[in-house]
Amino acid sequence: MKFSEKWLRELVNPAISTQELVDQITMAGLEVDEVESVANDFSKVIVAKILTAEQHPNADKLQVCTVTDGSEEYQVVCGAPNARAGLITGYAQIGAELFDAAGKSFKIKKAKLRQVESFGMLCADAELGLSEESDGIMELAADAPLGVDLREYLSLNDKIIDVDLTPNRGDCLSISGLAREVGVLNKTAVQYPEFAAAPVTLAERLSIKLEAPSDCPKYLGRIIRNVNVNAKTPAWMIEKLSRSGIRSIDPVVDVTNYVLLELGQPLHAFDLDKLSGGIVVRKAHEDEQLTLLDGNQITVNTDTLVIADDSGAIALAGVFGGEKTGVTSSTTNIFLECAYFNPIAIAGKARNYGLHTDASHRYERGVDWQLQQHGIERATQLLIDIAGGEAAPINDANNEDYLPSLNHITLRHAKVNSMLAFEMPAAEIEEIITRLGITISSKKADTWSLIAPSYRFDITIEVDVIEELARVYGYNNLPVKMPSAALDFTPRSEAQVSIHNIRRTLVARGYQEAITYSFIEKQLQRQFDDKHQGIALANPISAEMAVMRTSIWPALVKTVQYNQNRQQNRVRLFEVGQCFISAGDDILQENVVSGAIVGKRQPEGWSSDNQSVDFFDLKGDLEALLNLSGCADEFSFVSDQHTALHPGQTAKIIRNNETVGYIGALHPSLAKEFGINGNLYLFEINQQSLQTGKIVEFNSLSKFPESKRDIAVVVDEQSVFDDLKLIIKRTAGDFLKNVTLFDVYQGQGVEKGRKSLAINLTWQHPSRTLNEEEVNSSIQLVVSALAEQAEAVLRD
Amino acid sequence: MENIEELLAQACSAVDAATSITELEQARVEYLGKKGPLTALLKGLGKLSAEERPAAGARINEAKQVVAEKINQNRKNIETAALAIKLASEKIDISQPGRGEQLGSLHPVTKTLERIEQFFGSIGYSVAEGPEIEDEYHNFEALNIPAHHPAPAMHDTFYFDANRLLRTHTSGVQVRTMETSEPPIRIICPGRVYRCDYDQTHTPMFHQVEGLLVDKDVSFADLKGTLEQFLREFFEDDVKVRFRPSYFPFTEPSIEVDIDRGDGKWLEVLGCGMVHPKVFNYSNIDPEVFTGFAFGMGVERLAMLRYGVDDLRLFFENDLRFLEQFS
Repeated sequence: MKFSEKWLRELVNPAISTQELVDQITMAGLEVDEVESVANDFSKVIVAKILTAEQHPNADKLQVCTVTDGSEEYQVVCGAPNARAGLITGYAQIGAELFDAAGKSFKIKKAKLRQVESFGMLCADAELGLSEESDGIMELAADAPLGVDLREYLSLNDKIIDVDLTPNRGDCLSISGLAREVGVLNKTAVQYPEFAAAPVTLAERLSIKLEAPSDCPKYLGRIIRNVNVNAKTPAWMIEKLSRSGIRSIDPVVDVTNYVLLELGQPLHAFDLDKLSGGIVVRKAHEDEQLTLLDGNQITVNTDTLVIADDSGAIALAGVFGGEKTGVTSSTTNIFLECAYFNPIAIAGKARNYGLHTDASHRYERGVDWQLQQHGIERATQLLIDIAGGEAAPINDANNEDYLPSLNHITLRHAKVNSMLAFEMPAAEIEEIITRLGITISSKKADTWSLIAPSYRFDITIEVDVIEELARVYGYNNLPVKMPSAALDFTPRSEAQVSIHNIRRTLVARGYQEAITYSFIEKQLQRQFDDKHQGIALANPISAEMAVMRTSIWPALVKTVQYNQNRQQNRVRLFEVGQCFISAGDDILQENVVSGAIVGKRQPEGWSSDNQSVDFFDLKGDLEALLNLSGCADEFSFVSDQHTALHPGQTAKIIRNNETVGYIGALHPSLAKEFGINGNLYLFEINQQSLQTGKIVEFNSLSKFPESKRDIAVVVDEQSVFDDLKLIIKRTAGDFLKNVTLFDVYQGQGVEKGRKSLAINLTWQHPSRTLNEEEVNSSIQLVVSALAEQAEAVLRD
Repeated sequence: MENIEELLAQACSAVDAATSITELEQARVEYLGKKGPLTALLKGLGKLSAEERPAAGARINEAKQVVAEKINQNRKNIETAALAIKLASEKIDISQPGRGEQLGSLHPVTKTLERIEQFFGSIGYSVAEGPEIEDEYHNFEALNIPAHHPAPAMHDTFYFDANRLLRTHTSGVQVRTMETSEPPIRIICPGRVYRCDYDQTHTPMFHQVEGLLVDKDVSFADLKGTLEQFLREFFEDDVKVRFRPSYFPFTEPSIEVDIDRGDGKWLEVLGCGMVHPKVFNYSNIDPEVFTGFAFGMGVERLAMLRYGVDDLRLFFENDLRFLEQFS
């Protein structure tokens, strides 16, 4: 909420500077966003009247004006098109200090413009920092006092303070509310505006029916006849409205807006002659149409409260008036209304219709339920003062059963002390409570019975009062200490691989960690995963962020693309995060670890081999992660298919018969579509599967030598090494310790369609040296088993 | 025997003249070998009288010894010289960069999260995680944020349907922890959160760490102490900290915490407060017995302040030139 400091100080004027005031209310929880000067720091600009304005003899666009400050006359050359005889405007005298658009100051001196002397300058709003731009010089009111300093006349020594109020402090959404708070903080009395209620000179009443009393338990209205809608709103009111960011429209609208700012009570005026029958406050009917004051037609939902007459809805309750019954320049009789709405009935409604109004802002945070009578009286008085008219009595429709009541709260001294960790003296507690307008109804031992004022409906329970005590006492004046607690250990399972370790392993292997959005484009999700449908957001921010990811791959591929477009050809990325898979009524939300590599195997350098990465580079990195668990042998890679991957270079990763991930080359058609440079390899694996490990179990070291044998076998090129390994393990005896593939060869000397695999076998006996014959017979068994089961031929 | 001195002189000069191990070996064979003159002299000892023999023998052996020592000496010299040449030839340019994989990097958000986890971990907080697709109850209702409250709107929530949404904070994890465990509770809940807002200073996804401490006699002073110390540890600096009243439906009193890192400007860094009794009631913790505090902080914001990053959106563009700076 924006407000004029000067207006606030009319109500409460503590002896503190603007900055002190701003700091004080900020530290009381009313956070000031911005403080803005009403005008720039110009000086020596006065109110003056143009007596004559004549064409400049040597310039088409200039006029030579004679202006008066009421006593003397001056000749001023002016280029503004609206300079004319009779206009009262701002006149910068010789010696005046003004500021240019960049904020640099300059002095007004006697000058000659195209041979005509000019003694000063006539000013536009923008030149004085009063507005962003203006299309001519100022047009002041006809009764503006000549010769008076403009700063004084327009009260320009004022600041606009923009305070960002939290939703619980609806009570401060008015100048009176803010003044009340400032009064509390400074122990200063507040002078609320005083007025005498307008006399009631008519007797008529419009009927009011509350059909939704829980939503609207109180509605007040009165007829005012013979209002001059074309009367001019006084300058002081226009100024206060404008400093709160509200434009003057006509006296009726201005008065309702003014009372909203002054007291926090929204009001609305209908054109009485356009109403048919009495007022009904009810929920909207099915398909009820309403054209709002801004000309937009809406269909009102049945959950929305409306003000209606016999013809149907005429206003969106607490939000916006209707066009049909709006006050226009031909209006003479009005029906002025205000209400107390249950905040729940109004909350979110404006938003549902794409609206946000000063009224809805207040009603949905809550308006003091005892304010309506005062508000309508104040508005009536102001309106009749400005625009004349005769008021009928207020018709006060209310339903006591649904009206809020005052909050009764018990406050225990011990609770205050324990919560704030210090002994706040009883006298101080009582003093602060009283200042806040809270009534102490009784006190027993160390317990007070309190009644919160109706405007502080946010104070409902004991801690609310303690918060108020802390706030007024000053959060920063309260003690500070560290909590003490039993020194319990935090359990940590050694068998569990920490995610930090997984991340660091990848970082050590040259990967950069990425973090991408969890929602992606629907089409993209489908391109990478045809098995699952991405869960769609009901209100996505854009089509690119419409469904929840089922895999991190799409985003990683996009990230590779992004970086390749920025001349980064070697990219190694990983991401850890949740993926979302819909499973019936449930949603599976599991963390995965995902990686992508493309480009050269080694970073560019004087000794790099310039080879590009392949499947096995990525597999090596992934195996390093599997090894962290100490259970690498529980994982296996099985040739498989995946919609995002190359059909010949895809493996699913299995742990204990469960698929836990995939690894492979990005499908060439996807690579082409995304313009990926080089072969891109991807893995994605369930995080939990990487984290479940075991505690090391020591095996004693054999004192006896190892026996090693190398064999080279030629097999069909489609053969799978894992199959051969299995045959070897089954046939090579109990003491086989290790099987290592150390060469794969195709080419000269090996038939087309076949490949040569060189394999090293290592045996070791725990308690003796294996003899030559034992090893030789084992290798014989292996070779013949490979020949029988895998058509492997020993290569010479 | 007079030629022994001559022989010795010849042998010595031959040894001295040798510049390689091969030449030295040749000299050795020539003078000390089986067919060499010194050996021949020894063999000729028999021709001498018994009186002359011992002295002559000693002379010859002495000469052999001298030559042998000379050879050894020169061998060392030759080897040393050869080594020096070899070493000189093996000089490398140690300024060339090292070979092999370069270190990657953790994302600055992860770096920041890990630091926060370590600080709180060191005083007994454990990490709790939970689902990012939350239900209305755990994200709002159990935190005393009724659906009609301006807060859900304030949060700009992403919805899937009437009940399911993307969590707008990690507070739901706190609720789940309170539902399933008994105080004392000391947890922090790091993770991704989502709000329907995208501009220069907002991304629709960001990270939060929320913390919760529930015990007997937890006071406002404990909250102030914990966060003040945390912020000083985090920035490794004696930052000025101020506590400003604010409003969150799930805490009472509620606080926003600002810091001043020496430039006189207050920057908001986290929100916190004493757990609202209604939140305890929802989770079946008796607010008459237990009190607690909760806090929440934006990880990107802290990372920006810590590392001087000036554009929030960089965190999710994953430009390698950005990421590499955090290795």
